[in-house]
Amino acid sequence: MTEHDDLPAAARARRLEERVIAAGLTSDDEIDEFLTRLYANASPVNGARMAARAWTDPAFRELLLADGNAAAADFGFSVPPPDQHGYQLRVVANTDQVHNVIVCTLCSCYPVSLLGPSPGWYKSFAYRSRTVREPRAVLAEFGVAPPETVRVSVWDSTSEARYMVLPARPAGTGALGADQLAALVTRNGLIGTALV
Amino acid sequence: MTYPASTRVRVRAFDPDHHTRVPRYVRGQAGEIVAALGRWPLPDDSARGITPPRVQTCYAVRFSAADLWGSGDHTVTVDLWESYLDRA
Repeated sequence: MTEHDDLPAAARARRLEERVIAAGLTSDDEIDEFLTRLYANASPVNGARMAARAWTDPAFRELLLADGNAAAADFGFSVPPPDQHGYQLRVVANTDQVHNVIVCTLCSCYPVSLLGPSPGWYKSFAYRSRTVREPRAVLAEFGVAPPETVRVSVWDSTSEARYMVLPARPAGTGALGADQLAALVTRNGLIGTALV
Repeated sequence: MTYPASTRVRVRAFDPDHHTRVPRYVRGQAGEIVAALGRWPLPDDSARGITPPRVQTCYAVRFSAADLWGSGDHTVTVDLWESYLDRA
């Protein structure tokens, strides 16, 4: 669980930074500027607002599932495409027939600007290796138990695409406004490791 | 060449000594094209500093757990560049 933030890893990252800077590939300023831009407005509140709108606005839901980047732009969120150091946002919807869950077996990719910094467990070897092998067991440990009739669909983020789950709208929320609906959506719900 | 959705493909069972984005668990496995995502530089080339890198269509490819692991009722969808795949 600690391989990304324990001291040896931090020391390795610093040494790597020093080497690429010494090689003239980047600079301290460039790295700082990139990280500032990456995290400035990154929050799961962004993904939650998009999900809540998809629950109440069928045209937006269609756009979100067809072209995530365009849907994010609708909210003014910065999700540049892959050729501009961004990613292609792909949103997969939970229904009564499929439960989606996101993983990155190669590292820890996910849409940071819409979900905020990734949780430690998302980067752990256990989550990354077990989610593709036995997702129902992993989900059960998060308290999620899709019925047998629901297919579990795992998305392994190995390319320039980043995946986000559109949770199913909970029953009995017809009277809620946009802000109240968005408040129901958690980061884990957008990864697929929680129901909303 | 672009594979239409539902095309059956098989992942090449290669084991390069350079960076690649093919997870080991799908090498040699057959799956089905879900969608073409876009045309992006091949990471195998970019990571080796090959300029210009090959630019290829990247696909979301769905595998059944039963094929991958011999058990399980789930599916796993992996994004794979065109040169990782052959028509099955």
